Amino acid sequence: MTTLDTALVPPPAGAGRQAYVRTAPAETLAPPRMHVGWLGWGREHLFSNPLSTVLTILIIAALVLIVPPMVDFLFIDATWSGTDREACLATPARPEVGACWAFIHERFAYTIYGSYPIAERWRVDLFFALLALGTTWLLWLDAPRRDLGSVYFFVVLPIVSFVLLHGAPMLGLPVVDTALWGGMLVTIVVAAVGIVASLPIGVMLALGRRSEMPAIRLLSTIYIEFVRGVPLITVLFMASVMLPLFLPETWSPDKLIRALVGVALFASAYMAEVVRAGLQSIPKGQYDASHALGLSYWQSLRHIILPQALKVTIPNIVNSYIALFKDTTLVFFVGIFDFLKTIEVARADPKWSTPVTSATGYIFAAVVYFVFCYAMSRYAARIERRLAVSERR
Amino acid sequence: MARSPGAPQVPFFRDPKLRAIIYQVVLCVVLGVLVYAAVRNAVENLERAKIASGFGFWNTTAGFDISQTLIEYSAQSSTYGRAFWVGLTNTLLVAGLGIILATVLGTAIGVARLSKNFLVERLASGYVEMIRNVPLLLQLLFWYNAVLKALPDFANGFAIPGGVLLNNRGLYLPRPLGIDGWHVAGVIALAVVLGFVFNALAARSAGPLRMLGLRFAATLLIVVGIPVLALIAMGAPLAFEYPEAGRFNVSGGVEILPEFVALLVGLVVYTAAFIAEVVRAGLISVSRGQTEAAEALGLGRFQTLRYITMPQAMRVIIPPLTNQYLNLMKNSSLAVAIGYPDLVQIFTGTVLNITGQAIEVVVITMAVYLTFSLVTSFAMNLYNARVALAER
Repeated sequence: MTTLDTALVPPPAGAGRQAYVRTAPAETLAPPRMHVGWLGWGREHLFSNPLSTVLTILIIAALVLIVPPMVDFLFIDATWSGTDREACLATPARPEVGACWAFIHERFAYTIYGSYPIAERWRVDLFFALLALGTTWLLWLDAPRRDLGSVYFFVVLPIVSFVLLHGAPMLGLPVVDTALWGGMLVTIVVAAVGIVASLPIGVMLALGRRSEMPAIRLLSTIYIEFVRGVPLITVLFMASVMLPLFLPETWSPDKLIRALVGVALFASAYMAEVVRAGLQSIPKGQYDASHALGLSYWQSLRHIILPQALKVTIPNIVNSYIALFKDTTLVFFVGIFDFLKTIEVARADPKWSTPVTSATGYIFAAVVYFVFCYAMSRYAARIERRLAVSERR
Repeated sequence: MARSPGAPQVPFFRDPKLRAIIYQVVLCVVLGVLVYAAVRNAVENLERAKIASGFGFWNTTAGFDISQTLIEYSAQSSTYGRAFWVGLTNTLLVAGLGIILATVLGTAIGVARLSKNFLVERLASGYVEMIRNVPLLLQLLFWYNAVLKALPDFANGFAIPGGVLLNNRGLYLPRPLGIDGWHVAGVIALAVVLGFVFNALAARSAGPLRMLGLRFAATLLIVVGIPVLALIAMGAPLAFEYPEAGRFNVSGGVEILPEFVALLVGLVVYTAAFIAEVVRAGLISVSRGQTEAAEALGLGRFQTLRYITMPQAMRVIIPPLTNQYLNLMKNSSLAVAIGYPDLVQIFTGTVLNITGQAIEVVVITMAVYLTFSLVTSFAMNLYNARVALAER
């Protein structure tokens, strides 16, 4: 301290050079070894206080206990090839049996296509490709002609997919009954229908809830609160057992369609609340300005309000799509063979019945769902960051 | 907006007020016609299928068994109405326990995600990401089929110290002898209510009990002390009947269905991941300046948390937290998948299949969930109005 203080005081005028005043800057000392590098990092991030130290040690111990057996189960002891349960059973020669990947390998096609006729499966593949094209077009914010992309996704794709998957004898595509559809195909179809239907319906409901017309506001509010207040499973039951009662006998909609209606109705109510939050975030001045310009209600929505409101809601929209994607598993309960149901069916097949079959099937399914949902959530997070950056400017 | 007399008349269909009325009338008429058509179709369809209508089935003998009943129920003499109450109590049991456990676990994980300890933070984040991105139904099936059903059978099951048995038939706890479960629940509920009342009164009093530590200790004494006193009054020491694994099944003890365990674990693990995010968002919403100011005022770490951070974080946490509670309750309806007898499984499953009265059964079930969610959002609005920032 003293040295520093004296160093700061300029020598009195006329005084000669004083021995104790520093003329050159002191040499920089290296920081203490315990505060930099991996040692410093460890001290700060792993052992900063007694509790932290205890937790670190406990977690490391738990990881040591858990990770090696998991690796053993998933890879080292796993069965990679085989034709039936024999391959995955423990024998005296092989006491430890890990995951039965041979089972997944054999049933893979079933979990993707269900019972879709093998000769027609190229149609499903084509559908996946068309869907991938549409999704990329819409999700990639700098893609060319995104307006065309939304027309493709929300209008062209649904029609083409229906013709392709269901079949049109006129075009030489034999009809494939929806009872044969299954696996990932159905999961994607349910999710896609939910996604495509819920956005426009949700926007209408959100506008309705903010409308100045009491009857429309009341009806929208009742609908949204009603659907959000009940579990999806009851909505699906309603669509599958009540809907046929309310329609003329001759209509009798297909089982898959009933479930799709249920999912679309359900997802719309949640979407409506997401969109409403977006509409509320638009400052009132925007509405006033568009009125002042003489734009009609629909014109101001189309050109001023919705583009801004939907843009800020993209992360939330994607998040509700993640929830929707997970919720598609519930069509399970109304007798539809979605991806999870095909895993359940395959798992229960005596041909592959072993103690490890269930765990293997569920781990596979979990990985598949995780990949889809995690990708969507990363996308939402990226958009959020991008929006935050553009806000800052 | 009065028009000057000479201005050209606006045609009536351009008048926004009139147009609004026309829109609404048209909408109501269309809806009315649709509802009328639906009702007429329903009446016709029901008549053709010879399905009874109305709520007469409520008092008819049910005739099916239920694997877990908290209230008295027998297949021979109980009605469908009784079965409804059994299902509802089962739903409330799993939802109530699930809410408590998920809050504890979720809060811990939410705090852990903000930890400075690298491993703790990574572990908590990994948990949240992994659990949130896998469907609940899949997780329930996993817990039930791949974990609980894959446990060793009762002869080789695990014996957990304290007289608890765990095997593929379920979880077996020691049964306290000579005590009725409802009395226990009643005494505990009484103790908790009294504790709350005392806490609230003490907080407003001027005496030394107002101090946080003392008040907390006294409240704890009440909540723990009353059940202990009741136990002594009823003739402690307490004796337990321990479950024992026999040759063909487990005898004695309290049997907890594996379905219940799987459902509870699945719901808690899943909801905790969402609650963790809610808690984390709440805690980071309190600006750093607040904690720094509290430190500057000389408040301790706990005092800062109790008087500065928590009250402000709660304002952000409570609304989405109640949403998660409602979600947990609605998600408990996935019990159908693993056969836990909750409201949906008993009512929309069994009762609907036997009676075929789809409309009545689905309407009753929806009404139950709707009631809970409307009551909760009403309470939420009251709470929000109370804690909302006074805008200046």
